[in-house]
Amino acid sequence: MRYIEQQTVVKRMNGRLIANAIFKYIFLAATLLALLALVILLFRIVTQGAGNLSIDFLTNFASRFPDQAGIKAALVGSLWLMMVVAPTSIILGVGSAIYLEEYAKQNRITNFIRMNISNLAGVPSVVFGLLGLTIFVRAMALGNSILAAGFTMSLLILPVIIVASQEAIRAVPGELRDASYGMGATKWQTILKIILPAAIPGILTGSILALSRAIGETAPLIVIGVPVIIQFLPSGVMDTFTALPMQIYDWASRPQQEFQAVAAAGIIVLMAVLLFMNSIAVIIRNKFDKRY
Amino acid sequence: MTTIVTKKPAKETASIQPQKKAVYETKQLNLWYGNNHALKNIDLEIMENEVTAIIGPSGCGKSTYIKTLNRMVELVTSVKTSGEILYRGRNIFDQDYGVEELRTRVGMVFQKPNPFPKSIYDNVAYGPRIHGIKNKKILDEIVEKSLRGAAIWDEVKDRLNENAYSISGGQQQRICIARALAIEPDVILMDEPTSALDPISTLKVEELVQELKKDYSIIIVTHNMQQAARISDKTAFFLNGEVVEFDHTDTIFSNPSDKRTEDYISGRFG
Repeated sequence: MRYIEQQTVVKRMNGRLIANAIFKYIFLAATLLALLALVILLFRIVTQGAGNLSIDFLTNFASRFPDQAGIKAALVGSLWLMMVVAPTSIILGVGSAIYLEEYAKQNRITNFIRMNISNLAGVPSVVFGLLGLTIFVRAMALGNSILAAGFTMSLLILPVIIVASQEAIRAVPGELRDASYGMGATKWQTILKIILPAAIPGILTGSILALSRAIGETAPLIVIGVPVIIQFLPSGVMDTFTALPMQIYDWASRPQQEFQAVAAAGIIVLMAVLLFMNSIAVIIRNKFDKRY
Repeated sequence: MTTIVTKKPAKETASIQPQKKAVYETKQLNLWYGNNHALKNIDLEIMENEVTAIIGPSGCGKSTYIKTLNRMVELVTSVKTSGEILYRGRNIFDQDYGVEELRTRVGMVFQKPNPFPKSIYDNVAYGPRIHGIKNKKILDEIVEKSLRGAAIWDEVKDRLNENAYSISGGQQQRICIARALAIEPDVILMDEPTSALDPISTLKVEELVQELKKDYSIIIVTHNMQQAARISDKTAFFLNGEVVEFDHTDTIFSNPSDKRTEDYISGRFG
């Protein structure tokens, strides 16, 4: 007695193939729908904003006349912000990831920490803004400076960097560690010469994606009181500043129709910056990608 | 600079004084992984310039034992040990015996070829570099000597800067042996070094082991009994964490004194 009858298999084959095809088209439709929304969004923004894009737009300060409004202060402010956020968050994030993966003992406390870091990545950014307002702006009296905003943004993206770095470090094959320890290397030598070089593509990709999230965040900046209209460039990290998403938010909320186009032009600049950062991440990943 | 390229004392001394010296003396070694008693009252004496094979069925503790000899076993989970292992007369579990120091004297070759994702040259030079050798000329010498020692120099001498993953698995394993030789060890531990290799590569590694025992003491774990019979001088048979029998390889395979050894080598179990 056979359990699988060839005739029943043939009889049911048609239904199976139809289901197979149907699901393929469902998934295709899902992808196309998402893509379509993105294309419409991009199209609207480009057609609205392209007319306002010019060298003047990049080199002018904000203005109450739409045709003179420029994004210079916000663009430079965002770059300053990144100069604080990138080193702070990458050093702290990669350091924590190395500690958690390579040094920390497996016990209840470290498991609890690990779990909560992942949870932190899901905390709304406005909450981090409130934290930054309490600690950096008020308690440490940094005011609404680049430093205060940079530290707040660093806290916001720290969990993402830690989790990405942990995964990259965990993906380094254990055999490589064994080989290094087996030759009398210390833990630090093994981390520096074997683990980090192998994990660096993953760490950098995760970090750059996290940084591009920080450059697009608005809520924490609003909470810590970053101004919108600024007619000078910051000369140091203790100066106040404005950032791209703040500027766009301000323009988009103005009543005059002309400012909507200015906001669209600002969005194009912001997206160009994001695209630039993401392509760096892709290049790094391709360049350093090593197989084991 | 000649101190870097040391040879072990010539064999003449061995012929004058037929008594070989012990490299490792294991005395009443017990090891627990948590509550799992993995090694029970192990007593073994491993002699220099010999190949000692450790055989036994899966889970008998043979890999655990070899990893205890350079304390790699401590990397995995919480292990507890009692008893002592004397390496050249010094207890490796002593508080002041650093694992790094021990592992510089005891090289290890693993089951799966595990070169670093670096060039062949950098793989072999890794050990000397971490021990502080920076001089390019000395490194060049060590790399060549080690690759020659691992019988792979002629195959890779023109491609030292290629990634170690670009060569075959058998060649990779010999690069790993060269990498272990580069720290100029006294003992080489091999944990099933041919289990991931094809028969021809296996043969090459076996021939190499024969060659290496002139200068090094070798302890090899293998699940291949023919291999143990072919290449080792002494064989230890492990079962359930205990040493059932330890004797000259000829004796173990022709005239074992324990019924369980006989059953195992004749293929009745395991």
